[in-house]
Amino acid sequence: MKNSVEVKNISFSYGKTEILNDLSLNIKEGEFMVLLGPSGCGKTTLLNCIAGLLDLSDGQIWIEDDNVTWKEPKDRHIGMVFQSYALYPSMSVEKNLSFGLRMMGTAKDLISEKIKKAANLLQINELLKRKPSQLSGGQRQRVAIGRALVRDAKVFLFDEPLSNLDAKLRAELRYEIKKLHRDLSNTMIYVTHDQIEAMTLADRISVMKDGLIQQLDTPKQIYNKPANLFVAGFIGSPSMNFLKANFDQSNQKIILGKKQIDISKYENINNLINDQEVVFGIRPENINIEKNEHSIQCKVELVEPMGADTLVWTSVEGNPISIRLEGSSNYNLNDEINISFDIKKSSIFDSKSEERI
Amino acid sequence: MSTIPSGRRPKHLTVGRIGMYCFILVCAIFFLMPLYVMVITSLKDMDEIRAANILNLPKELSFYSWPKAWSQACTGFVCEGLKPGFFNSIKITVPSVIVSVGLSALNGYALAFWRFRGAYFFFGLCMFGAFIPYQVMVYPLLKIEDALGIYSTLPGIILVHTIFGMPILTLIFRNFYVSLPIDLFKAARIDGGNFIKIFLYVIIPMSAPITIVAVILQVTGIWNDFLLGLVFAGRDNQPMTVQLNNIVQVDYGVAEYNVDMSATILTSLVPLFVYFISGRWFVRGIAAGAIKG
Repeated sequence: MKNSVEVKNISFSYGKTEILNDLSLNIKEGEFMVLLGPSGCGKTTLLNCIAGLLDLSDGQIWIEDDNVTWKEPKDRHIGMVFQSYALYPSMSVEKNLSFGLRMMGTAKDLISEKIKKAANLLQINELLKRKPSQLSGGQRQRVAIGRALVRDAKVFLFDEPLSNLDAKLRAELRYEIKKLHRDLSNTMIYVTHDQIEAMTLADRISVMKDGLIQQLDTPKQIYNKPANLFVAGFIGSPSMNFLKANFDQSNQKIILGKKQIDISKYENINNLINDQEVVFGIRPENINIEKNEHSIQCKVELVEPMGADTLVWTSVEGNPISIRLEGSSNYNLNDEINISFDIKKSSIFDSKSEERI
Repeated sequence: MSTIPSGRRPKHLTVGRIGMYCFILVCAIFFLMPLYVMVITSLKDMDEIRAANILNLPKELSFYSWPKAWSQACTGFVCEGLKPGFFNSIKITVPSVIVSVGLSALNGYALAFWRFRGAYFFFGLCMFGAFIPYQVMVYPLLKIEDALGIYSTLPGIILVHTIFGMPILTLIFRNFYVSLPIDLFKAARIDGGNFIKIFLYVIIPMSAPITIVAVILQVTGIWNDFLLGLVFAGRDNQPMTVQLNNIVQVDYGVAEYNVDMSATILTSLVPLFVYFISGRWFVRGIAAGAIKG
């Protein structure tokens, strides 16, 4: 499939602070790409560079087989939705939607036709005559999406569009953005720090930290096979449990203090060398409470019932461990439990390079 | 038996509060006294003024000083009152305010949103220009205008007021625009606006509150100006303040205090009027609805 957006070795700095350095990223046509990372990781900067709102210090940006590196934002076939909505306060919803088209000198009847279409799609027909100040947050963001829609943009850019909404509205609009992508099949680039949004929306996620892409893969791969400790810790809520240990090659076990964990079933066990310092990572749902020859005995230290599931906290050799269980499960403080790990679903990282083994 | 308090907070009138009111009252009297003297003096005739009871109310109201100040009082050899000065002041103030506010808004917009190379240096220059006393620049500016052939003309004085107004106004507009959400500007760029279009269609409609502040500053500043009007306007375009001075500063004949007072009140009416009608505009919302509500 052909690439819709190609970011080629771009660099960007604010004065002397380097934000992006030699970053490359290809986004396929019709793909929903999510840029995910903590604040200050450069994801919004990257989006602004793609939009042409910031000038690169090096590299190229191609959109739809067109080198747009030094083109104005308006000539890049893009539409953008901002976290703050950025609706023009003095214009009605209708004028907000048509502003871009009016700037381009589009014929009047064509404008009203396009507005009608977008308004129907986003269910904002009744709001067209209102001013932005008379709209709720969710309505404003719909209008902001509509503004990108009417321009027939090839690529949609979203800059944390749902961050200012409350939880319920956020879920609602997330669903609608996903539906919109299904119906329009435009290329979409979506910046967020919310991993749920990233997991639910993305075809591929690019996890970023310090201006570097840490991992670029499907949500499933990123969740199940995180490339390094950072990605493993950032994705998933409650987050992955980490245990520092040493590898014992002869027994195919990792040793932490007095406890041992058999990892003979780990997929890449052959890449481990004897006595290597590793970090053993296991997600809360991949721990079972059952007694078998490999299980470890410990005590329940805290119980967090969350409705659909229950989180049980315990510890192994002083390392806190969370276990996700069914909502109906019933454990009490100080209960003795035996836990076993689903080694096939675990991740083992080298403790120095922090890369997955 | 103590009762549990309920309902409105009870009113307390403490000694401190009474003291504060007294202080405010004294301040108000102190500042209103000159105005009171001006008004009652303007309504007395000369005999009564000579009786030297400056704070007494007039025994008999006489209004003749007002029309005299407006259209008959002598400024030097001409006896046409303040009227020509009033119209001169309007001819000077209106274009100066429009040009300086318009250009400053454009400058402030460029400084806030289009970070060109050297923008900070330019910003520093504006600060410098805004706070340097303008008396320093009067003579060089006079020589420049003389060389340009516009010294002592209406365009000459308008140019001077525009130049002196722009640094501070540029700063005011720039600071206002910096406080607007930058995303609005980004959205407008993606929507295809260029430098001028974004300014006209997006920025100006949001500039009402700061424009009103700028207009008030400029109208009162230019209307009340004396020095620049005296130096640059020339004999034919003397503003109201300069003519007022000529009426009051008589070298011969009798000083007509009631006419002087009327003339002074007339001259200050415009700034007073501007303050009264503009007060409510100060508190109007700025970018309502642009950002999260």
